[in-house]
Amino acid sequence: MANLSTAPHIRGGLLTSTIMRDVTIALLPALVMGVFVFGLRALLVIVLCAVTSVLTEYLYRRLMKLPQTVSDGSALVTGLILAMNLPATVPFWIPVMGSVFAILVVKQLFGGLGQNIMNPALAARCFLLISFPALVGAGMPAVGNLFREGAWQFVSGLTVDAVTGATPLQMLKDGQTVDLLQAFLGLHSGCIGETSTLAILVGGVYMLCRGVISPRIPCIYLASTIGFIALFCAVTDRALTANFLVGQLVTGGLMAGAVFMATDYTTSPITAWGQVIYCVLIGLLTALFRVFGSAAEGVSYAIIIGNTLVPLIEKVTIPRAFGKRGGAK
Amino acid sequence: MMKKALDRIVSGILKENPVLVLMLGMCATLAVTTNAINGLGMGLSTAAVLILSNLMISLLRKVIPGGVRMPAYIVIIATFVTIVQLLLQAYVPSLYESLGIFIPLIVVNCIILGRAEAFASQNGPLLSVCDGIGMGLGFTLALTLIGLVREFFGSGSAFGIMVMPEAYEPVAILVMAPGAFFVLAVLTALQNKFHAPSATNRKEQQSNLACGGNCATCTGCAGAVNHRMVAEKTAEHARKLAEQRKAAAEAKKAEANKQEGGESV
Repeated sequence: MANLSTAPHIRGGLLTSTIMRDVTIALLPALVMGVFVFGLRALLVIVLCAVTSVLTEYLYRRLMKLPQTVSDGSALVTGLILAMNLPATVPFWIPVMGSVFAILVVKQLFGGLGQNIMNPALAARCFLLISFPALVGAGMPAVGNLFREGAWQFVSGLTVDAVTGATPLQMLKDGQTVDLLQAFLGLHSGCIGETSTLAILVGGVYMLCRGVISPRIPCIYLASTIGFIALFCAVTDRALTANFLVGQLVTGGLMAGAVFMATDYTTSPITAWGQVIYCVLIGLLTALFRVFGSAAEGVSYAIIIGNTLVPLIEKVTIPRAFGKRGGAK
Repeated sequence: MMKKALDRIVSGILKENPVLVLMLGMCATLAVTTNAINGLGMGLSTAAVLILSNLMISLLRKVIPGGVRMPAYIVIIATFVTIVQLLLQAYVPSLYESLGIFIPLIVVNCIILGRAEAFASQNGPLLSVCDGIGMGLGFTLALTLIGLVREFFGSGSAFGIMVMPEAYEPVAILVMAPGAFFVLAVLTALQNKFHAPSATNRKEQQSNLACGGNCATCTGCAGAVNHRMVAEKTAEHARKLAEQRKAAAEAKKAEANKQEGGESV
C-alpha cells in the first residue's frame, strides 16, 4: 500500500461475485452432462444442494446479525460442487444434510468466506461418506441416459434400488480394462458431476480463459498423481498398462478435483512454490489412496488433507523481499 | 463450613465444570464417550478415584514434603485407580472391556492431579471430599451428556435402548473420533451462549479457577485462562499505546511549531 500512486486510479471490475459467476458457468457443462447421463433425479439433487446451501448461508448470516454475504455466490458454488460429488441415487435428505454441514460447520463457523480451513463441499462429501457409506459410497448408479433407456426412465429417474454398477475406477482397481472413449465422454457410473472428463475440461478451459484459475495447480496435480501411481505400480510389480494409467486420469473424481476443488482460492496456497508443493503432496496422497487404499477413490480425502496443510506450506514459501535475507516477515 | 462445602459441590458441577469450562481430562472425554453408558462408567470411576485421592492427599498434606509431592500424589492416585480397576474387572466386566486402556489412564487424568495440587493439598479433608464430589459429578455429568448425544444421533439409541424409529439412518461419524470433537464443541458453545454460570464467562472473571490460575502446575493440558494476568497485560499494553500516542502528538506539535517558526523567519 505504501507505493500507491495518487488518484485517479483505474478501477478493476473483479468482484467475488464475478469470479463465482464464472465458476458457476464453468460447472454447468459437467452438471448438464450429469443430468443427461443419470436422469432428472440428478437435477433434483443438484437443485436441493444449491438451494439448501444458499438458504443456510442466508439464515446463518441473518440469525447471527452478520453482514449478508449470500449475494457473492460462493454458497451457490459450494452447493453445486457438493452435488457434483454425490451419486444421483442418494435419498433426498443427504444433499440437504451435506449442504448444511458444508455451509454451517465448515464455512460459517470458521468465519465465512475466505476463513475456512477445508473446501466446504469436499469436507461435506467426506462427512457424508464416513457417516453413510452405504448410501453415498457403494451404490453408484449405472448409466440410464435418454438414448438408451427412453424418455420415461429419464424423467422418472433412478429409484434407490435401481441397478448399480461398479465405477470404472473400481474396475481398473480390480484389474479390468475400461472403454477409455466412453469414460472420457462420461457414459459410465459414478457421481453426478465427475463422470464426463470432456465436460469438466470445457469448464476448466473456460475458467482458464477468464483468468479465474491458473493452469499451475490442475496440471501439476494431474501429473504428480499419474507419476506417483506409475511409480507405486512399478514398485509393487502391478501390471502397468496404458489403459490403466489413462483410465486413472479420465475416471473417478480426479479431473473434477483438479479443476474445481484443488484450485479453490481459500484452501490452496497463494505462493507459486507453495502451489507446487501442495499439488505434489495431494498427488502423492491421491496415488497412495488409489493404489494401496481399500476404496478405489481417494481424491476428496487427499485434497482436504492437503487443505489443512496449506497454512504451513505458505509459511515456508513466503517469497524473499528484494534486498532482504530470509523470508519477508 | 457447611455452606462452603456445598459451594464446592455446586461449583464443581456447574461453574467450574472440569470438561465444559476448564477443558481438563480431554483424552478420556473424547475417547470413551461413544455411548452414554461408557460416559457414565468412566465418569463414576474417575469420580470415585478423585474423591478418595482428594481425601487421602488432604489428610497427608502436612506429611508430604513439598519437593516430592508430585510423585507422592501419583502413588496415591495410582493406588486408588488400581483398586477401581480391579473392582470393575470383577463386578462389571462388560464396562471394563469397553473402557479398556482408559481405566489405567485415569492416573494421569489432569483433573485428579489438578485438584490434588490446587485444592486438596491446601484444604481440610471435609472440604476436599466435597470438592472431589463436585468435580467428579461435574465430570460424570459432562461425559454422560456427550455420550448420550453421540449415542442418540450416532446409533439411534440411549443407554443401549433403541429410541429412534427403524427408518432413522444413524450418523456414524458421531460415534467416531471426529464426532467427539463436534459434540464437545457444540456443548461448550451452548454453555457459553446461554451464559451458564461459569468461571470463564466474563461476568465471573474474578472467581477462583479450579487450577488455581497457576498455569505452571498445569501438566500438559490447556488450563483455563488466568484472567488477572491477561488483564494486567492488556492494561500495560493500553498504557504503552497511550504513551506512544502522546509522544507522537508532542513530536507533531514540535514540528508544527518549528515549521511555523521557519516560515516566520
